[in-house]
Amino acid sequence: MRNLQLHPCGNFRETYRQELTIFETDFGRLATLVGLILLFAFVPFVSSAYILYIINTIGIFAIAAIGLNLLIGYTGQISLGHGAFFGVGAYSAAILATKVGVPFVIAVPAGGVITALVGMVFGIPSVRLKHLYLCIATLAGQIILDYVFVQWESLTGGAAGISIPTASLFGLDLGSDRIFFFVIFVCFAVMTWMAVNLIRTRYGRAFIAIRDNDQAAEGMGIPIFLYKLLSFAISSFYAGFAGALYAYYMMSITPEPFSLWLSIEYIAMIIIGGLGSIPGAVFGTVFIVVLNEVLSIATEFLMNVGVTGMGITIAPLREFTYGLAIVLFIIFEPKGLAEVWRIVRSSFRLWPFSY
Amino acid sequence: MKAFRGQPSIFTSRSAEENRAELEVKNLSLNFGGVVALDNVDVSVRTGELLAIIGPNGAGKTSLLNCITGYYRAQKGTMAFNGQDIFHLSTHHLTGLGIGRTFQNIELFPGISVLSNMLLARHVHTKYGVASASVFSRSVKREEVRHREVLEELIDFLEMQAIRKQLVGSLPYGLRKRVELGRALALEPKLLILDEPFAGMTLEEKEDMVRFLMELNQAWGQTMILVEHDMSVVMSISERVMVLDFGKKITEGPPETVQNHPQVIKAYLGDAVKI
Ligand SMILES: Nc1ncnc2c1ncn2[C@@H]1O[C@H](COP(=O)(O)OP(=O)(O)O)[C@@H](O)[C@H]1O
Ligand SMILES: [Mg+2]
Repeated sequence: MRNLQLHPCGNFRETYRQELTIFETDFGRLATLVGLILLFAFVPFVSSAYILYIINTIGIFAIAAIGLNLLIGYTGQISLGHGAFFGVGAYSAAILATKVGVPFVIAVPAGGVITALVGMVFGIPSVRLKHLYLCIATLAGQIILDYVFVQWESLTGGAAGISIPTASLFGLDLGSDRIFFFVIFVCFAVMTWMAVNLIRTRYGRAFIAIRDNDQAAEGMGIPIFLYKLLSFAISSFYAGFAGALYAYYMMSITPEPFSLWLSIEYIAMIIIGGLGSIPGAVFGTVFIVVLNEVLSIATEFLMNVGVTGMGITIAPLREFTYGLAIVLFIIFEPKGLAEVWRIVRSSFRLWPFSY
Repeated sequence: MKAFRGQPSIFTSRSAEENRAELEVKNLSLNFGGVVALDNVDVSVRTGELLAIIGPNGAGKTSLLNCITGYYRAQKGTMAFNGQDIFHLSTHHLTGLGIGRTFQNIELFPGISVLSNMLLARHVHTKYGVASASVFSRSVKREEVRHREVLEELIDFLEMQAIRKQLVGSLPYGLRKRVELGRALALEPKLLILDEPFAGMTLEEKEDMVRFLMELNQAWGQTMILVEHDMSVVMSISERVMVLDFGKKITEGPPETVQNHPQVIKAYLGDAVKI
C-alpha cells in the first residue's frame, strides 16, 4: 500500500496516475468523505423544518450555480438567461409530469436535456458575439423565455402556473422535505463530481483555453464554436435539472421566480463564490440563499415592530445588499469565497507558523 | 545526426505516411483594404524539408503563415496539403490535419503551467467523449496518463524539466518561446510552422533553439517552415530560403544564391546601397 498523504509539504507523487487525482492529499479525501457522511446522516434529522427548507433550496440552486460557473467562470461566456433556463427545466418537468404522465426519475433528467437543447439555441449568438454583446443577446433569451412562460397558456398554465403531483421514486413517496433532501443531495453530489471530472479532462482544458485566448485555443485544434455550444448545453443541463427538482420540490410553479432577477442572483452567486471554481459556486449559493433569508426576516421584523413606513423604505434593501456584496468582493477578494476558504484552510494547516 | 537526449516516442514511432507533409500554395493574394499583404505568392514544401521564409518587417511573412493556418482567408489562390484542398478550412481543422504552429507574439496561456499549456495541444490526439470524461472512466485515465508520458518526453527533449510546473506568465521571454515550441510539438504536427522563433532571444537561447530545430529536422525528419526576420541564423540551418518583400516573392533557392541576389540585398539594405 502506498503511504498516506495527510500533510502536503511537498509533492511526493510517484506516478502520473497519482497526479490525476482530485484531492491533493488523503486528508482532503477523508474530509470530503466525513463531510458527506455528516451531511446525509445528521443534517436531515437534526434540522428544523425551516432550516431543512433552506438547505434543500441551497442544494437545488447550487446545482444550477455550478452549471453557470462552467459557462461563465470556465468558458468565459456570459449568460443573463440562467434564471430562465432554470425555469425551462421546471416547466419541462412539470409539463411532462402532468400532461404526459412521465414519472419523476425520467422527468427530471428530461428537464435537463430539454433545457440543454434550449440553452444551445440561445448559445448560438456566441459564435459572433462576445462579452457585453453576448450578455445582451442572452438577456433577450431571458425575456423571450419569460414571455413564453406567461403567454403560452395552453402549455404553461400562464400566470396561474402548474401544480405538480408528488414525486415518487420506485413506489417510494418523496413528499416530505426530509426524503426529498436525500434526492437533492445525491443529485448534487453526483453532479458536482461530474463537473469536477469535466474540468480536469480535455473539456475543462478546452473551456479554459477558449476563455483565455480563443485564437490560440483554435490553434490547438479546438473547434471553438462547438465547444461554446457544448458549454452552453452542459450549463443549461445543470440549470434545467435543478429547475426540474425545484418544480417537484415546490409542487407548483408560476412564471415569477424565473425572472431576470433570478439570473442576476445566479451571477451574484458565482462572482461572490469565485469565478472558475466549483466549490466557489456552492459557497456563493449558500451566501446568497442565506442572505435572502436574513433580509426577508429583517424586513418582516421591522414591519412587525411597527415601523410602517419602513416597509417601503427597506424594500430595495435586497438589491442594495446584493450590489454592495458584489462590489465588496470584486474590490477585496476578486477570487471570491473559494479563495477565502483556501486562505483559512492553509492558515489552519500552517498554524502557528502562518505568514 | 546523433540524437542527444533520448528518443521522443512520438517521433520514433511515426510512419512515413504520418510524416508526409506536402504543401502546395499557388497564386495566393491577400489585401487589407488598400494594403497588399500578399501578391500572387507561391510556396511549396516537401516532406522532411526545412523551408525558411525571410523578408523585412511588413513583408507579409506572418500574413502568409496566417493564411496557411486558417487565421486569414486569402482573396485569391489555391492551397493544398497532402493533396487535399485546404483553402476554405478553418484553423482547428488544419491543426487536426497536422499543421501546427507557433506565433510571433507568443500565444501561450500565461495563467497556467507549462505542462497544462502543453496538455492543451493533446486535444487533437484525445479520443474520449463527454460521457466518459464526466465519470472519469478507466479509459479516460489511461489516455490522460499516456498524454502525460508524451509530454514528459518532449519536456526532456527541450530540456524544460525544471520549469514544467511553473506558470508560463512567470517565465522569461526566451523560455516562453521554447515552451511554445514544445506545445506545437505536442500537436505532433506533420508540418511545423514557426513564426520568428529566435526573436527577442539572447545568443545562448538562440543557440539552444537552433540545436533543437536542427535535431528535429535532421534526426527526426520534422518538416518545417521557419519564418525569420533576421537573415544570419536562417542561412546556416536551412537548405532552401524564400524571400518576401512587399507581399511579393523576390527569389527562392539555396542560401548562398539567395544571399547574393541583388534584390534581396536591396530589400534588406534599402536603395541607398549600390552594389
Ligand atoms: N490583420 C491585419 N489588418 C490589417 N493589415 C494587416 C493585418 N495583418 C497584416 N497586415 C498588413 O500586412 C502587411 C504584412 O504584415 P505581416 O504579415 O505582419 O508582415 P511580416 O510578418 O512580414 O512582418 C503589413 O503592411 C501589415 O500592416
Ligand atoms: Mg511577422
